[in-house]
Amino acid sequence: MEPIVQYKDVHKSFGQTEVLKGIDLDIKPSEKVALIGPSGSGKTTIIRMLMTLEEPTAGIIEVNGENLWQMEKKGEWVTADENHLRSIRGDIGMVFQHFNLFPHMTILENCMLAPVLVKNESKSEVKATAVEMLEKVGLGDKIELYPAQLSGGQKQRVAMARALMMRPKVMLFDEVTSALDPELVGEVLEVIRDLAKEGEMAMILVTHEMDFALDIADRVVFLNEGVIEEQGAPSEILMNPESERLQDFLGRFTSSR
Amino acid sequence: MSSLPDIFSTVVQGLGVTLQVLVLSIICASIIAFVAGLSRVNTNPLLRGFTGFYVEIFRGTSLIVQLFWFSYALPGLFNIHLGSDIWVAVLAISLNYGAYMSEIVRGSIQAVAVGQTEASVALNLSKFQRMRHVILPQALRMMLPEYGNYLIQILKATSLVSLIGLTDLLYYGNIYRSTHLAESPTVYVLLLVMYFVIALPLIAFTRKMESVSKKGVAS
Amino acid sequence: MTWSWEVFFSVIPMIFKGLWITLGLTLACYLFAAVFGFFWVFISRLPWRPVRWLFGWLAEFIRSTPPLVQLFFIYYAWPMMPVVGVSLNPFVAAILGLGIHFSTYMSEVYRSGIESVDKGQWEASTALNLSTRQKWMKIILPQAIPPTIPMLGNYLIIMFKEVPLASTIGVVAMLHIANDYGAQYYKYVEPLTVVALFFLLLSYPSALLINKLEKKYNRRFDKKTLA
Repeated sequence: MEPIVQYKDVHKSFGQTEVLKGIDLDIKPSEKVALIGPSGSGKTTIIRMLMTLEEPTAGIIEVNGENLWQMEKKGEWVTADENHLRSIRGDIGMVFQHFNLFPHMTILENCMLAPVLVKNESKSEVKATAVEMLEKVGLGDKIELYPAQLSGGQKQRVAMARALMMRPKVMLFDEVTSALDPELVGEVLEVIRDLAKEGEMAMILVTHEMDFALDIADRVVFLNEGVIEEQGAPSEILMNPESERLQDFLGRFTSSR
Repeated sequence: MSSLPDIFSTVVQGLGVTLQVLVLSIICASIIAFVAGLSRVNTNPLLRGFTGFYVEIFRGTSLIVQLFWFSYALPGLFNIHLGSDIWVAVLAISLNYGAYMSEIVRGSIQAVAVGQTEASVALNLSKFQRMRHVILPQALRMMLPEYGNYLIQILKATSLVSLIGLTDLLYYGNIYRSTHLAESPTVYVLLLVMYFVIALPLIAFTRKMESVSKKGVAS
Repeated sequence: MTWSWEVFFSVIPMIFKGLWITLGLTLACYLFAAVFGFFWVFISRLPWRPVRWLFGWLAEFIRSTPPLVQLFFIYYAWPMMPVVGVSLNPFVAAILGLGIHFSTYMSEVYRSGIESVDKGQWEASTALNLSTRQKWMKIILPQAIPPTIPMLGNYLIIMFKEVPLASTIGVVAMLHIANDYGAQYYKYVEPLTVVALFFLLLSYPSALLINKLEKKYNRRFDKKTLA
């Protein structure tokens, strides 16, 4: 099967610091990939580049075989402009660590905004879908509330509904439970688990919830200091970690529990 | 104090000019503030540089100097006749306060959390849609209290127009005082009270906006 | 009327003399406002509600009415008042008028500084049994004032630009010299341009300095809110 997302020798530097030192990574349609690794290893940067929030310093990212960050202009490859980025990132969705809900809109309006503006869908249809979507994440009775009136877990579930409204082919999760109180983590993970079971959407999860990652992922990618150190099926990674660093990393997790 | 009605009936003749200058200046200054404020967050460095220059010139010099300068330079140097001195006053006041207020427009746009832009990129909104539906509505809420403060500043600034010969409240006050010196205290206290009465709705607006702006903004 | 560089250059020394008066007046008004600003803060912390209310509105009144009219009141009307009336020279009238007007703004700055001091600091000073005076001088003010320094600096620049109002009651500073020159030779634009340039020359670099200070202190505030 052709990959839906391909990273080809992707580098990223912030000033003098190189955070990604040549990433090669293929994501197949409907594949669930968990990115794990110590903080500062560059996990978040990988998905932020795919969401076009961060431009790679070198290398190529392809979505559906199309070059995301470069486009052809008069026979030459130049940095993609906003139109080019927009034409591709419609297939990508993202859920953020800090929710980033729009505080001046109700949660229903949060979910309706993009489909109405970007896809020009009719308001009444979008509304029906949004209500359905919010019911699915267990917030059907809260659609008229504003983000400030919700708990962290509820906010994150709204953020997921909002991203799903755009029917992305690839969904990115950026440490979506890290900003939550421990007792609210479960309800958010539950929604993600349901999404994973539905199946057709590819998912890339940056997460510190090791058990969860191992449970739902098809593949676990371990990042360390800007390179992919090891990857494989969850069971392999957990049972037979090859590299010393991965052993260390997993060891820290089991010991801290 | 028996002359109070007398004084009032003289001074009130200037009310129209004061209110006219106030309203026109508020409208023009607000338009300038938005255009300049948005230009300063534009990606075009030429546009940014030009508006930056305008803002610094007008903030760096004094309004009263600008007012005199325009009233002499426009007809004299550039042979521009705006028809009425009211427009000279409105031009000076709104260019001056437009510059100050553009800074609050720019400041509040930049104060909207980065995550808001990121979320709207992730939802594939266009640059215009991001500004129109996500950034500006939140920036507006943030800027309103300060905006209200500037409206009061503009009201106070309107009193300067008597210096270039416009017949506003202060102008008539001065006329009355020059012929009734002993009544000076009553004249100016009355003037201050009249300005304060005009300011009251603006004060109320500002206080209301302070409470509004505390809600509905991501930090 | 055409622009004359000759006039432009010939008025520079003349107006430069006025610059010192403008600066002196700015400083005097500022000091008056800075000291008098504490008066409003003091009143607003008195335990008598009607007094607080009355002076609260008085400050609001002074803040929201034109300083030019207040200046005229002090210069023209004050001497006509029964009993208390005395004639003031223009310089003193300007210091009083602009000083009182801006003291109402300074008090707001002080208040914001005081409110920014963490509540725990008051409780800790009480717990340590400090006297009221010690509490203010050793604990509260040393923390309240530094973050307001950029704002205080800002008001110095703002007042610098308001001081030419004093020319309307006859203080012979930059603007007055320019207008006199204009009246004499009917050349207004050149001297006024010189005045504007002097203002720009002084206020723009000061504003940049304030910006720097602001960034410095804002950073401190950020750390505080993060903790």
